[in-house]
Amino acid sequence: MTEVTMTVNGKLMRGEVEGRTLLVSFLRDQLGLTGTHVGCDTSQCGACVVHVDGKAVKSCTMLALEADGAEVATIEGQADADGSLNVIQQAFQDHHGLQCGFCTPGMVMSAAALLKENPKPTEDEIRHYLEGNICRCTGYHNIVKAILAASGQEAAAIAAE
Amino acid sequence: MPKDHGIGASPKRREDLRFLTGSGRYTDDINLRGQAYVHFLRSDMAHGKINGINTRMAEEMPGVIRIFTGADFEGIGGLPCGWQVTDKHGQPMQEPGHPVLAQGKVRHVGDPIAAVVAESREQARDAAEAIEVDIEELPAVIDMKAALEDGAALVHDDLTSNLCYDWGFVEENKAAVEEAFQKAAHVTTLELVNNRLIANPMEPRVAVGDYDRADDESTLYTTSQNPHVIRLLMGAFVLGIPEHKLRVVAPDVGGGFGTKIFHYAEEAFCTFAAKQINRPVKWTASRSEAFISDAHGRDHVTKIQLALDADNNFTALRTDTYANMGAYLSTFAPSVPTWLHGTLMAGNYKTPLVYVNVKAVFTNTVPVDAYRGAGRPEATFQLERVIDKAALELGVDPIALRRQNFITEFPYATPVAVEYDTGDYHATMDKLEEIADLKGFAARRAESETRGRLRGLGINCYIEACGIAPSNLVGQLGARAGLYESATVRVNATGGLVVMTGSHSHGQGHETSFPQVIAEMIGIDESMVEIVHGDTSKVPMGMGTYGSRSLAVGGSAMVRATEKIIKKAKKIAAHLMEASEADIELKDGQFSVAGTDKSVAWGDVTLAAYVPHNYPLDEIEPGLEETAFYDPANFTYPSGAYACEVEVDPATGKVTIERFSAADDFGNIINPMIVTGQVHGGIGQGIGQALLEGAVYDENGQLLSASYMDYAMPRASDVPFYTVDHSCQTPCTHNPLGVKGCGEAGAIGSPPAVVNAVVDALRSAGKDITHIDMPLSPARVWAAMNG
Repeated sequence: MTEVTMTVNGKLMRGEVEGRTLLVSFLRDQLGLTGTHVGCDTSQCGACVVHVDGKAVKSCTMLALEADGAEVATIEGQADADGSLNVIQQAFQDHHGLQCGFCTPGMVMSAAALLKENPKPTEDEIRHYLEGNICRCTGYHNIVKAILAASGQEAAAIAAE
Repeated sequence: MPKDHGIGASPKRREDLRFLTGSGRYTDDINLRGQAYVHFLRSDMAHGKINGINTRMAEEMPGVIRIFTGADFEGIGGLPCGWQVTDKHGQPMQEPGHPVLAQGKVRHVGDPIAAVVAESREQARDAAEAIEVDIEELPAVIDMKAALEDGAALVHDDLTSNLCYDWGFVEENKAAVEEAFQKAAHVTTLELVNNRLIANPMEPRVAVGDYDRADDESTLYTTSQNPHVIRLLMGAFVLGIPEHKLRVVAPDVGGGFGTKIFHYAEEAFCTFAAKQINRPVKWTASRSEAFISDAHGRDHVTKIQLALDADNNFTALRTDTYANMGAYLSTFAPSVPTWLHGTLMAGNYKTPLVYVNVKAVFTNTVPVDAYRGAGRPEATFQLERVIDKAALELGVDPIALRRQNFITEFPYATPVAVEYDTGDYHATMDKLEEIADLKGFAARRAESETRGRLRGLGINCYIEACGIAPSNLVGQLGARAGLYESATVRVNATGGLVVMTGSHSHGQGHETSFPQVIAEMIGIDESMVEIVHGDTSKVPMGMGTYGSRSLAVGGSAMVRATEKIIKKAKKIAAHLMEASEADIELKDGQFSVAGTDKSVAWGDVTLAAYVPHNYPLDEIEPGLEETAFYDPANFTYPSGAYACEVEVDPATGKVTIERFSAADDFGNIINPMIVTGQVHGGIGQGIGQALLEGAVYDENGQLLSASYMDYAMPRASDVPFYTVDHSCQTPCTHNPLGVKGCGEAGAIGSPPAVVNAVVDALRSAGKDITHIDMPLSPARVWAAMNG
């Protein structure tokens, strides 16, 4: 077991991990941050996306030890300090961008990374950016619409119903 | 102006707050004190005889608590099948046993052989690798027709063949159907495959078993669409635990799509093992494990024939299907190709004679059961494809051919034993023509051609049957369960309500939509209503959520219970106002005496029910809580018309969906936002089936498409924005809400539209193509064009 230290959602966290412990397991099992989900074992589904030093990362594909000393942001840290939803989260609720909610944390974290890189993405850019996030419930319509809305674009004009 | 509350409004979903902030409570988020972990050693062979299992070395591995094999389950029940189909000779289907852990033989890749319980997940997995299993490989049967040949290896040695049943429906019509084909002016024949799919909810299955020795009580937390059904099946048939000693909890569930209806071995194992070792036992499926242990869907091979007279009226339909059951009968598997499929073969059309034959076959593959639509997509696909082919052969417009044969008078008794209560198929087709801008298609096709792309238009109709019922009928058809729903409505002293519903939400948003109904009935704010579901210790009984039944059946139970509440509350109000009960009116949360200005508020009445100082104690009891069980009189029959426009790249065969439009009739609608979302999701899955998805076995029974690297799920870039309309509304006549159900429609209605569109695109380039089997991968489309 090796000690690992990282800042998670602004708080310094420590733990003991095996060499093989994945970042997602550390977050879920040791820190109790169960908002980050595991939907596959081939790094395809994106339910586990978190930010490591500001970049979107699939936490099932990174060892906890690789994140030693890093700044990690998870879905639990996305709402504003008073508990209200951030712009992306609010857009997902407003536009019914989630159903079962399982892929949602990864979708929100990916969307946040996209809008940081590209504040006004086109529909096409959003769809291609979400290549690594699978949703089985929504048919993606309302997810894409929510991200357009979160970027301040007129989603309603682009996608009516 | 859209409504802002009650029925017909689209309030934001209240469940979203927890899902968007990482506060959902899914089964894998549950960790109990002292919990152990199980890893299942699964067969890597499709068919084999187990000569021996040596666990000695594995038992010595670090952290191992106990290793279980099939021997530990001798004398314990196997997994039961919930539906017994009777074959065309009146004989019951062949029904093999389904042990929790393999006994004697393994029958599919993924069949669990042994279970290692250890202190950690990793230790359990490591130890499983040290188990020595001596399996003698047997020839595997994978192809259904080969499985029925003489001399084929038997999946189950105690059965006479691999045929589960040979079902004819309606057997009495068979001769008349044959005669109609003899007389037909034209017969269109189509052979097709309804591709095998894997539901793939994003949350893999999880089970946590717990046992309380002091109370002799077992608890199972599981990713289920119907916890009460699991309690009954597992308690009564597998483990012998009475309901009052068994609690099943299905908390937040990350999608189901049918595959989380069924009772699985892992649930029984965790519950059993927790008692054996007196510690909680947890299992979390990896996605790889899900691919080889979740029940698969579809997998039909069909020949369909449509007979028409000289005026292009449909005169008869017959269809022969081979339906794959896999290696064991999953919980509702036998019902899917029969009662959920044959009964829909009339579709939207007044074809007077229909005969359906289905041969259900055992193979050395994962069990196959209901997946979103369950039988109805298979019926719709073959029917709507054969109609399109008939239109091609006859040189008539496919929309006109459909319209000519539409059922227009309701109620309508079909030749396949069901009665449609309402519908207006011309109205949904009219709406489709408008929203899909069919008039603009020619210009869009011309524009595509300037870019070297082939553009095609596919349309089709569908009919769906939701809320399968009534129980006395389904009992005659072989169901070993009732198909009612229950609801308990508890009104608290200060006026808030808690509804305990047997429906289960795993993405459908019941916590938002169900309160809208109660708010409308009483005239109070939705925030005063809380929905409780998914826990057998809280909800009296429940049949769960599948078959688009929640609102039509569960919602109706809730309405009935609320009606009882209102009736009693009116008695209390009448007493408080010294008026006659018959004169009491309830509006906007106020009880008033008709023709006077006397009124009392909802909260005054509810308080009086629990503080009965001024109360008719000689007439009614204190308290305000009512339960209702609702058993529908009939199915509901949503219907619709769908249009798909595709572009095909002739150089590569790649198909892109350019436009997709859906005009549905769901009857009355409670929450349009949620309904639209359900249709979007269904269309997404239907496009997945049509273009991308397919579970593929090799001849040895290895599942080749066993990961997200190999099984192509739709990604955001595979689909367009959809145009969805549900303004055509013919309310259901036999449930109190007039609702029909919307969960499966998209998945039922969309695959034929896509295939019809691709065929149309290829024919526009002069290719004489009438059918391509799904999924329409670039390779298949290219081969069809260049073959």
